Amino acid sequence: MTEVDPDNEATFRVCVIKSDPQETEIPKKAIFQELQRCRFCEDAQFAVKLALEEALCNAVKHGNKCDPTKQVTVRYAVTPEKAVIIVRDEGPGFIPEDIPDPTTPDRLPLPDGRGIMLVRAYMDEVVFRDHGREIYLMKRRQ
Amino acid sequence: MTEERSHLTVTNRSGVSVVELADRKILDELCIAEIRDQLSKLVANTDGIKLLLSFKSVEHLSSAAIGVLITLNKQVAEQSGTLKLSDIAPQIYEVFKITRLYEIFDIYDTAEQALRTF
Repeated sequence: MTEVDPDNEATFRVCVIKSDPQETEIPKKAIFQELQRCRFCEDAQFAVKLALEEALCNAVKHGNKCDPTKQVTVRYAVTPEKAVIIVRDEGPGFIPEDIPDPTTPDRLPLPDGRGIMLVRAYMDEVVFRDHGREIYLMKRRQ
Repeated sequence: MTEERSHLTVTNRSGVSVVELADRKILDELCIAEIRDQLSKLVANTDGIKLLLSFKSVEHLSSAAIGVLITLNKQVAEQSGTLKLSDIAPQIYEVFKITRLYEIFDIYDTAEQALRTF
């Protein structure tokens, strides 16, 4: 198996799935195995699982709107130092800065809109690229 | 044909419906939709329900699962009921802290503590 380098995206493993929530299990399973292999601590695994779930859900549901003709591409590299995951959808994109703060008194009782906030809280680095069609997630092992 | 399985264990303790969420991970869409439907049915059948939701077995949950809890809280309030949460693992309680949802939910360390307050 070739080496991956979290700082060199050309070396990342790639998983392409249909815009189907069930399909998201495929990259999740592969990445979780890597986290265990690289002995990520329990808290770091919890963080990556949560962030990946939110990123994939956003890509399938909000980005691609579950359109069966569109795909989600997941690229990842997990080493004993850190995990980097890039999730890309084929939707119209969005402006991340326009997402309202879900903790304001008027938005707190609403059921939606917390995914990106949780991703930002749990990952060490989050970057939105290509007008929100792609999200870069990085978590250090410890 | 797929058969919907129960994600909840419901017991009645002194007039309080104690619901234990059976899944370790409340992450995937189908599981969340089924939990939402099962909880909604339970609440719809009992006006003024006293409901305690125990997270004893839950290790992971997503923002979609949180959305279900918020909708449930609203439904319970609309039917003059009471919803309390208990046994939330520290990692999951952190999610409630980050999202400030501890402000709208009545949360207790254990089911026993929660039961004393109904």
